[in-house]
Amino acid sequence: MKNKTPGYRRKEIIWSLLFIAPPILGFLIFSLTPLITSFGLSFMSWDMFTPAKFTGTENFQYMFADEKFYKSLFNTVFLLLGVPIGMMISMMLAILMNRSLKGISIFRTIYYIPVISPIIAVSLLWQWLLNFDYGIINEFIWNIFGIQGPNWLGDSNWVKPSFIIMGLWGGVGGNMVLYLAGLQGIPSSYYEAAQVDGASRWHQFKHITLPLLSPIHFYVVVMGVIGTFQSFSQMYILAADGGPEYSGATIVYYIFQEAFKYFNMGYASAVAWVLGILIFILTLFQFRISKRWVYQD
Amino acid sequence: MVKQRRLINLIVYIVLIAGSFIMLGPLAWTLSTSLKSQKHVFDIPPQWVPDPITWLNYKDVWNKAPLLFGFMNSAIVVVSVLSVGLFVAAMAAYSFSKFDFPFKEGIFLALLGTMMIPYSVVMIPQYIGFSELGWVDTLLPLIIPGMFGNIVTIFFFRQFMQGSIPNDLIDAAKIDGCGYFRTFSTVALPIIKPAIAAQAALGFMGIWNDFLGPLIYLHTPERQTIQVLIASMQSNYISTSNYPSLMAASIIALLPVVIVFFFAQRYFIESLAITGIKG
Repeated sequence: MKNKTPGYRRKEIIWSLLFIAPPILGFLIFSLTPLITSFGLSFMSWDMFTPAKFTGTENFQYMFADEKFYKSLFNTVFLLLGVPIGMMISMMLAILMNRSLKGISIFRTIYYIPVISPIIAVSLLWQWLLNFDYGIINEFIWNIFGIQGPNWLGDSNWVKPSFIIMGLWGGVGGNMVLYLAGLQGIPSSYYEAAQVDGASRWHQFKHITLPLLSPIHFYVVVMGVIGTFQSFSQMYILAADGGPEYSGATIVYYIFQEAFKYFNMGYASAVAWVLGILIFILTLFQFRISKRWVYQD
Repeated sequence: MVKQRRLINLIVYIVLIAGSFIMLGPLAWTLSTSLKSQKHVFDIPPQWVPDPITWLNYKDVWNKAPLLFGFMNSAIVVVSVLSVGLFVAAMAAYSFSKFDFPFKEGIFLALLGTMMIPYSVVMIPQYIGFSELGWVDTLLPLIIPGMFGNIVTIFFFRQFMQGSIPNDLIDAAKIDGCGYFRTFSTVALPIIKPAIAAQAALGFMGIWNDFLGPLIYLHTPERQTIQVLIASMQSNYISTSNYPSLMAASIIALLPVVIVFFFAQRYFIESLAITGIKG
């Protein structure tokens, strides 16, 4: 068989493979090998100083009995509330902006600035805005409603809402741009036809805009869930040691603490694997049900 | 009809302006705080325009923390990852989009699959590996993996090449005696310049703002990236309640990104929209 491959064709194959060699090597070294190692580690106990010990399923038994694990899991799931809220706001913003008005691109820039801002700087500035005694937000609440605002980052009930508010501020601009691109892809003839048929604005929105934006909804939900499940930096800044009663810790924060504060490398790998499987199942599930509601043309 | 349209436009403007205040307010308040003296920070009612304006907080954080090192370290990571990583990604994308070879689809799907692996899963073995090499507390663990090309970038370039590089052009170069590598570097690369610019802008933002990786590897202050330095401000350099200095540090961290954004705005928004729809 090999002899029948013409020389020029063989040359093409060799060159093609050379061109894709770096990412394949990167995949093997920095993804596949760590993935397998991590799986092995999750059945071991290792602090990086003394020899590793095989402990079977002990890590997993410990995890499913550990209150901190459940708390961080619950916190992470709670933060998912931000995804649908963010979708609604960014879609509304995109609809408002999807018209030829003077200066509309300035608004687009303004709403996008928080998206590009480094999360560390953003977290520090929100720490100041949300300050219990002197924060400008509680100052506003006092002036407008005449009541004392919550102790945002110091009260276990308010830490997660604080993160959601902060996430919305930093995220709606990005999704808004996606929705804008989606809106611009809807032919105006659809709306004209609907108007001729006497459809109200609400009906046009419900039966044209909403379904035709479904690929964007899908993308935003999938990325939003993956992103939320991996959030870490804002917790590191705003919820030192997990915040009051561990109410601000996410799974990644928990993994970080176990791995790089206590050097429980085996246990942290086990938790990381559970997180990886959770993300995988959730994403797979979303792709499955997407066939029922995402409009494909 | 015209009247109604004008009214709607007016309402849209009002809503968007109100939203702009919410978006810019926190940044304006940060800037304002950073220009106040410690004495006036807790003034009630809050003063949006500081009086007097002072630059001392900026001097303060600049003197206390090795921020210049931070900027340089971040810049080293960004430049080395982007210059090699983008080139490598373009090469791979060229091969995936223009040539046929065994297991092409399978390899591409396997690479795409890595997008599903959370960083926290590979982070621990990578850390162990890099510490075996003695690379902890150097920039290498942040630079080397990025040099092998990022799959999102490859995907983006592939989409772009499929639509923008005619096969005839490649054939013509071949007939003229151009080798594979030269065809890539002299024919393909110049055509995808806009795509490279878009990915460079996006990549800059991602790498510059990255935190978890730099946090676990970099310990010596002079070797840390700007984000890690700013994050350790409160614990290492200034007191917790020194909000003016803290806000000055935030502004220092924000500024380069905002400046790059203003210059490369088009690329940010376009590439985000493209990856969004096609992804």
